Amino acid sequence: MKKLDILIVGVGGQGVILASDILAEVGMVLGYDIKKSDILGLAVRGGSVMSQVRWGNEVASPVVMPGEVDFLLGFEPLEALRVIDYLAPESIVIVNTYPIPPVSVSSGDASYPSLEEIKHILKSGSGQTYFLDATGVAMKLGTARLANMVLLGAFAAQLNVAFDVWENVIKNRVPATYRDLNLRAFQAGRALIQGGVR
Amino acid sequence: MKKVLLSGNEAIARGAYEAGIQIATGYPGTPSSEILETVAREYGTEIYAEWSTNEKVAMDAAIGAAYSGRRALVTTKQVGMNVLADSLMYAVYTGSEAGLVVVTADDPGLFSTQNEQDNRWYAKLAKVPMLEPADSQEAKDFVIRAIEISERFDTPVVLRTTMRVSHSKGVVTLGERAPVPKDIGPFPRNPKKYVMTAMWARERHPVVEERIKSLALYAEATPLNRVEYRDRDLGIITSGVTYAYVREVLPNASVLKLGMIYPLPRNLILEFSKNVEQLIVVEELDPFLEEQIRALGLKVRGKDIFPPCGELLPQKIIELAAEAGILSSRKVPRSLYKVPEGLPPRIPVFCPGCPHRSTFFVLAKLGVPVAGDIGCYNLGCLPPFNAQHTMGCMGASIGVLHGMAIARLPERAVATIGDSTFFHSGMAPLVNMVHNGGRGVVIIMDNGTTAMTGHQDHPGTQWTLHGRPAKAIDIEAVVRAMGVEKVRVVDAFNIKEVENGLKECLAYEGVSVLITRGLCVQVSKAHGGVYWVDADACVACGTCFRLGCPAIIKSEATHPKTGKHKAAIDSALCVGCDMCRQVCPAKAIHAPQEKEGG
Repeated sequence: MKKLDILIVGVGGQGVILASDILAEVGMVLGYDIKKSDILGLAVRGGSVMSQVRWGNEVASPVVMPGEVDFLLGFEPLEALRVIDYLAPESIVIVNTYPIPPVSVSSGDASYPSLEEIKHILKSGSGQTYFLDATGVAMKLGTARLANMVLLGAFAAQLNVAFDVWENVIKNRVPATYRDLNLRAFQAGRALIQGGVR
Repeated sequence: MKKVLLSGNEAIARGAYEAGIQIATGYPGTPSSEILETVAREYGTEIYAEWSTNEKVAMDAAIGAAYSGRRALVTTKQVGMNVLADSLMYAVYTGSEAGLVVVTADDPGLFSTQNEQDNRWYAKLAKVPMLEPADSQEAKDFVIRAIEISERFDTPVVLRTTMRVSHSKGVVTLGERAPVPKDIGPFPRNPKKYVMTAMWARERHPVVEERIKSLALYAEATPLNRVEYRDRDLGIITSGVTYAYVREVLPNASVLKLGMIYPLPRNLILEFSKNVEQLIVVEELDPFLEEQIRALGLKVRGKDIFPPCGELLPQKIIELAAEAGILSSRKVPRSLYKVPEGLPPRIPVFCPGCPHRSTFFVLAKLGVPVAGDIGCYNLGCLPPFNAQHTMGCMGASIGVLHGMAIARLPERAVATIGDSTFFHSGMAPLVNMVHNGGRGVVIIMDNGTTAMTGHQDHPGTQWTLHGRPAKAIDIEAVVRAMGVEKVRVVDAFNIKEVENGLKECLAYEGVSVLITRGLCVQVSKAHGGVYWVDADACVACGTCFRLGCPAIIKSEATHPKTGKHKAAIDSALCVGCDMCRQVCPAKAIHAPQEKEGG
């Protein structure tokens, strides 16, 4: 593999950075050179968060280029739409369908595009597009916070990487008491894509 | 050798460990904060780490440690360099017994800073050597180099990163820790070197001038600077993360990669220029390298191609290089898909359960002019509050408020400042107001943490950076001791109390202080249960929307007469802070224990 560029976007508090840390660690375990760049913004909840992970034989720049990502993981539909310019015709896109309306919407200053509209635009701009209710699946497992693991699992279904590689990295990155729950969420996400939800 | 994935900031902390640094100080500030947090977490037994009250205090403490014979590191975000600059200037004159490194993390693109200043100029101003790493491996290695240079040339060394280096991760090969002195002292009795009174400083100035000349010679031979010849048509001079970008988008260009960006290696640059057709400087922000290279009499391009504002990302480099005719426009990658216009912005907002919400709800209601400060509470300038009218830098709010009063502004005005910021640089201007007979209300928004930068402790909290119990400084007692006669302390989660307290202070003729106290919800993790809206009782007046709480959303239900949307509460976000229940005029919002219809 020459390179694999992954863009992860979401909203502060959704666990974007943890997910991208895991992706980077997995790449390293597989023997790739890794670069990763986070835009953290403020510590307050609710802002846009973007993380970029690059696997490759030799990676110089920590940032991906518009029009060139291999994968987009959208933790929130509007945030995924916001970075459509990073997609290439062969990009694989995985999007959580659970919307988190910004305050500009609840205050009446702006309106949130319909999910159908977002789906339509994203589908027109990518090779394969998967929409999943990751937050819904996570809530069934106990908490919306697990949505990041569901999405990570869905991403993992696209790659030929042994489960124990993921398992080891995830185990090292989450608190011991939540390990099993996180792994269950990861498996649930993997099953969603393998089941062919489009 | 062990390889790990580290961010630039984590790598700097590792570098401090390997370089035998024993003292690390700083004040939190994005994008630098993780350096000291990592030092305390990972190397806390080997390195003393401290959140100092502000950057200048941190710098003086590190200087004192280095005078005493222990290697020291200071961390700051780029604007904190302005605060510590006074001390940097004298430290350059004195040098120190052990190595001293200052890390400045700059913020091109202004992700979380009030300006886009280029701290490389501090190298020229202070006549201090400056290193700039391009990735995490270099970030670690350059700390070790910086200590070597510092001790060899008897000078502080500045390590400059940018957000993309500090917050990017890369693979780092680890090394061992250098030996450190066990016992130190006696303290050097060398006043001609360490007392910078004018008569002795006059003798030190030529030392500084000679030193920077020696450093320029060092720069010629150090492996920190290297030439990579490829295609000779194009010769790029660059440093830091832009080196990585250049390698990505112009892989065939010859590159002079500068790891030491001040002083510059004159002969190395002259030789490089002779061996390439076109000489181009690719640097973010100011023409810092370009101006010095031009001063060597060379024909060079730079800022006529690349703008001084914002990050210089790979896409921009390639587009602008094509526009300037440096490379074929066929090589410019294009994105096929356009981001739709008019997408709702996701501006940062106060978290559900934030104690600052009440203060800005009341300030918006009263409509008084507000001088703001640096912290999460700066969000009070945004909708729905629009209740803050100035903000410049740390601690500026109180001085600006004083200025309004001495200008005899007819309105009663307010300053808003957080607890950590008050300790950082709010105390001196408050003393000034009291002493000079000023007038105005200073609201100290005491949420018990340095929230915006990631919840670090400060002098008002009970913990040190190492997690050990600390003496908490009582803000109310401090303010009273300064001579403020009107002091009110209110519960930030009680909106009526905040409003009454503020009105009382506004009516006061002199300097008054209102302390709105309530723990940051990210620290307390307080959860009062999920509140709910009685849709039948809701009159769709929109009052609760004016709290700007992400948990309060528009219901599909509308009021039959006005057609306006009623309110609903997002159960995933609400933490039950109770503020919406307090402001609802129709009493339609209920705590979870208040049963439906009850």
